[in-house]
Amino acid sequence: MSAHMAGRWTSYGLQAVCYAAFMAVVGYFSTSPPYVHLPEGKALVKLSIQHAGQRKEECRERTPEELAKLAPNMRSATLCPRERAPVTVEVEVDGEPLFAVTAPPSGFARDGASSIYRRVAVPAGSHRFVARMRDSATGGFTFVVDRTVDLQAGRVLVLDFDANRGGWIFRT
Amino acid sequence: MSGGRRTGAVRRAAQAAFAAADRAFDRPFGAAANPWRQLGALGFLLFWIVAVTGIYVYIGYDSRADGAYASVAALSSNAFPLGSFARSLHRYASDAFVVVVLAHLAREWAFERYAHFRRFSWLTGVALLWLVFASGIGGFWLVWDRLAQYSLIATAEWLDALPFFGGALVRNFIAADAVSDRFFSLLVFLHIGFPLALLALMWVHLQRLARPRTHPPRALAWGVTAALALLAIVRPVASAPPADLATAPGTLPLDWFYLGVHAFADTASPGMLWLAAVALTSWLAALAWWSVPARRAPPPAAVVDLANCNGCGRCFADCPYAAVTMTQRTDGKALPRQAVVDPALCAGCGICAGACPSSTPFRSVRDLVTGIDLPQATVHALRAALDAALARFAAIAADPARPRIVVFGCAPEGDTSTLARLADARTAAIGVLCAAQVPPSFVEFALRSGADGVMVTGCRTGDCAFRLGDRWTTERIAAAREPHLRTAVARTRVRTAWVDRRDTRGLADALTAFRASLTAVSLADTPHVPPKRIGGGTAARPA
Repeated sequence: MSAHMAGRWTSYGLQAVCYAAFMAVVGYFSTSPPYVHLPEGKALVKLSIQHAGQRKEECRERTPEELAKLAPNMRSATLCPRERAPVTVEVEVDGEPLFAVTAPPSGFARDGASSIYRRVAVPAGSHRFVARMRDSATGGFTFVVDRTVDLQAGRVLVLDFDANRGGWIFRT
Repeated sequence: MSGGRRTGAVRRAAQAAFAAADRAFDRPFGAAANPWRQLGALGFLLFWIVAVTGIYVYIGYDSRADGAYASVAALSSNAFPLGSFARSLHRYASDAFVVVVLAHLAREWAFERYAHFRRFSWLTGVALLWLVFASGIGGFWLVWDRLAQYSLIATAEWLDALPFFGGALVRNFIAADAVSDRFFSLLVFLHIGFPLALLALMWVHLQRLARPRTHPPRALAWGVTAALALLAIVRPVASAPPADLATAPGTLPLDWFYLGVHAFADTASPGMLWLAAVALTSWLAALAWWSVPARRAPPPAAVVDLANCNGCGRCFADCPYAAVTMTQRTDGKALPRQAVVDPALCAGCGICAGACPSSTPFRSVRDLVTGIDLPQATVHALRAALDAALARFAAIAADPARPRIVVFGCAPEGDTSTLARLADARTAAIGVLCAAQVPPSFVEFALRSGADGVMVTGCRTGDCAFRLGDRWTTERIAAAREPHLRTAVARTRVRTAWVDRRDTRGLADALTAFRASLTAVSLADTPHVPPKRIGGGTAARPA
């Protein structure tokens, strides 16, 4: 074999090495190293709530002086401030605090729903959950639930809230 | 050490690493097909592989919520012809696309190619990173396996970290029945729409480049395609178990090219991921204005002299950065067009001056003013340097064993130290901004005025600091491009050497080889014809 041919085959060999290295990088990092999202023996608790708090102020009748200051076409007798109260949620598991969140109302006028999302892994097994919610500017927690849930490893428990369906919803 | 100096040290180290990789890959692949110099073109190749395989895979895809996973499983089991191969190639080409794009970005950063006339390409390239991510990540969701479930929820959590979502998005995935057929139609729409937007921006990315390389050399293209196809056969992509929103994925075969960001968000927080992503993007974008290279004065732009411009359009054809346009004549001459330079786009490489037919030393005018020229390195100065060298040669007797050689060598940053080491009594080294700044008529003039040989050196093939200098020079000397070196000029006395300009030894070796070649040629058989300078007209006709 001539030196030229030997050089050519050497080049082909080196190219093959380069391509193999490229394949190895792409092939390996395409699936490896494995990523542990939820460790063995754990379950996932998600707190996911979208709830509009109570209005911060009650509707009231405008005084004659207030009405006089308004343009004639804007003289609505009743004034209902739009701003809503923030929503406060506390969750305990087996007596230990798990979540404590206060979410402001959404929107520029602060009149939209408050959204809360948290997640945390807990050991699988039976747990006692106490969840409380306050959605008014005054007063204490108006929606409280105390429930024991048996959580299997890998399962997701979603703590949701729907006032029309009685308050707290535990989705497993 | 300050942050800026530390970054500078890292960049210089990266540049040295890329230069070393260039040299290492030159041997097996050849300079022209060196993958490190073809990263942009490889990106286009990989995009098309992804597009073609994606269209094929989509034929077998069922976009219903309860049919998506099964249809992908059918692909992988080859119930759909070549489904597993097409799916795997689609995935691996997408991953390779990320590798190539990031390497391209890192290389351009290392070589400080982000300021002034490169600003537009750099900024559009930075924007492309987001579209690459958005295009790729949607493909994982369509499989609707545990990996898709994890990625979709992680992405929703990430978006929810923005104030205007505020936790609303991820609520779409808290219940097992939350995912509908319509949602999958949306995913399909996104996975087609984002790649189309990506392609559009890739096209925009190239708009400030003349003759952009969108096709890698054939051997390299086949090599990369074959490597990925082999990988797809040897290690076919498999789905994870089907998605189940009532359970949480445990251990996942994460695709780190696209989904590694989720792991970062899990470890830090979605907010931190936003901070990191926005900070990195901002830093990359800011380089175009506030980096050290960006603060340097931009290269002086080429200047058109209408009295010497005949509107031939060669500068327009050769400009690597589309800085020259041809417009209607404004000086009243009976010529249809004139060249106009956009200073913001001009790289100051002088390739246009090398293309101008008026850039010839055969003109006898005292001040050699050309149709287009660089103020900082004029053709007149080049002629003066050549005249000085030839005058020196004239005082030396011809000796076939010791030929007198003129070397035109590129020195884009003005550093002629490497080139100067070639100079001796019988070798004149003349620095130019780019090899293609040397008009072919200068080569002929040198040979007819006492030089026994002329060598033009520049950056490695395919690695020209101004993109096209090596290509234009080669084609001009081969008489395949205007202005060409006249065919009457003996090519045995002309040599091009595409050597890294910092490679002192490589340059010296090239010169030694040329000298030996010239010695072998019987110089006595090619008597010198004294050059004759033509009258001082406005623009010389092409040879």
